[in-house]
Amino acid sequence: MTSGQTMATEHQVEVLYFASLRDAAGCAQESVRTSAADVAALYLELQGRHGFRFGPERLRAAVNGAFVAWDAPLQADAEVAFLPPVSGG
Amino acid sequence: MSRFRLRDSRIDGDALRRELQATAAGGFCSFEGWVRDEHRGRAVRRLDYQAYEVLAGREAERILDEARERFAIIDARCEHRVGTLEPGDVAVWIGVSAAHRDAAFAACRYLIDEIKQRVPIWKREHYAEGDSGWIHPESP
Repeated sequence: MTSGQTMATEHQVEVLYFASLRDAAGCAQESVRTSAADVAALYLELQGRHGFRFGPERLRAAVNGAFVAWDAPLQADAEVAFLPPVSGG
Repeated sequence: MSRFRLRDSRIDGDALRRELQATAAGGFCSFEGWVRDEHRGRAVRRLDYQAYEVLAGREAERILDEARERFAIIDARCEHRVGTLEPGDVAVWIGVSAAHRDAAFAACRYLIDEIKQRVPIWKREHYAEGDSGWIHPESP
């Protein structure tokens, strides 16, 4: 890659998947290099890649083990989880 | 000692009840969620429960804190299973001790309702026909 193509904001994050999202992604966890600015943009990018059936309005997002809003900024090395509707109990 | 635990083996309700025994308590109320052999007309052979363990623990402890703020209870415990379960197994156990029964019943109801709605745990049903599916309820 030439320096002209390098995006200054690109960072690597760890993404966790659960339940049907895990099945669709084919893995429980993956490292993703992304230039997404926030959690919502990262989800849309990954939804395109894996074909997740849920829109973000059906999911909750978490970063580093805590729930976050969809416009939470994405930090390098964050652990991001996308949580489909829960069914415990 | 944490008041919420995820378990990958059988829940021991008697042991949990003993943790709540206190001379200040005038009563104890518990709820057990059991694995049913039927869902929406389909025969269920077994279930898998999966959890986002770190966040499940934090959210459940938050719910337990809320119950203590809202109701005059003495203590509470909750355990939830992960892994593979069969019909008849206990999937979730909730117990509350209180000086008086109204608070114990109300807090127990609050805990199971909030845990079902908020704690990141998912259930996969395996049906008699051999297929299976994750349960993702519509928003209430």
